[in-house]
Amino acid sequence: MTVQRLLVSFGRFWWDFIVGDTPEIAVGVACLMVVGWFLARGLSAAAVVVLPVAVIALLVASLYRGMRSA
Amino acid sequence: MTAEILVALSVFGACSVEMVEALTIVMASGFTRGWRSALEGSALAVVCLAILVAAVGPALIHYVPLYVLRLVVGSLLLVLGLQWLRKAVLRASGYKAKHDEEAIYRREVERLSGQPRSGSGRDATGFVIAFKGVFLEGMEVIMIVLTLGLSSGYLGVATVAAAAAVVVIGAIGVVVARQLSEVPENGMKLGVGLMLVTFGTFWGGEGAGVRWPGSDLALLGLLAIYAAITWAAVATLTRTRALGAAEPT
Repeated sequence: MTVQRLLVSFGRFWWDFIVGDTPEIAVGVACLMVVGWFLARGLSAAAVVVLPVAVIALLVASLYRGMRSA
Repeated sequence: MTAEILVALSVFGACSVEMVEALTIVMASGFTRGWRSALEGSALAVVCLAILVAAVGPALIHYVPLYVLRLVVGSLLLVLGLQWLRKAVLRASGYKAKHDEEAIYRREVERLSGQPRSGSGRDATGFVIAFKGVFLEGMEVIMIVLTLGLSSGYLGVATVAAAAAVVVIGAIGVVVARQLSEVPENGMKLGVGLMLVTFGTFWGGEGAGVRWPGSDLALLGLLAIYAAITWAAVATLTRTRALGAAEPT
């Protein structure tokens, strides 16, 4: 029982830490890394531009969501 | 050298922010439930965190390939950095209430004062509250120290910067006692968020196989771009909020 509670608390900690109230950021970053991985294999120069632009887009989208829910 | 300085600054800033939050809880516990329990709870949390670092740190260095480490660490830093940056921008533009340590302290004191004390010298509530506060905030510090330190190869620099933050904020806490609200937490969060997003993009990209032009110097370029966007976001949101407030209902 104690082990189960510990595991649940451990899982909850990581969920709150990574996802929390901004699931769009967690999902967005995961997608970004997959896209970066594929781009780096054929179009490394494009990846240099695409990654920062996508990060900015993610920030703006998350800010918009935060602004709407405020 | 560029990466080394940025790593030190990022770790120092992030640890300072987390330390302010932990110290607020420890002081609330100390003043209401007694210092012995609060300090013992904090000390045990620090020991647990040290054991965790000693167990996880070397294992990560020896058994995980660097590119995997950088991909995972880069992703984690990006998530954490974007969360911090989002929160700081919303607070700076007035869309979210500022993190008020004074209010949190008062709330904690009120909550702890209402609970019955145990008879002997050691108070279980004070001990547990201090332990949880230091352990949870410390976990974030460890994450930042390990991820930034291991990916950059400057684990020593990251550890020293974290220790310096603990000493500096601890000293401020002791000297100014309950005036932790004076620490410009939102500004620090904004700065650290920017650096975490910068490192996250850089290492996440390197882990994925991207070759950044200018190597470490690309960090400065990314930081400048993100700083400009953040500044523009704060200005735009502040203006939008002001316009919204001025509109007749």
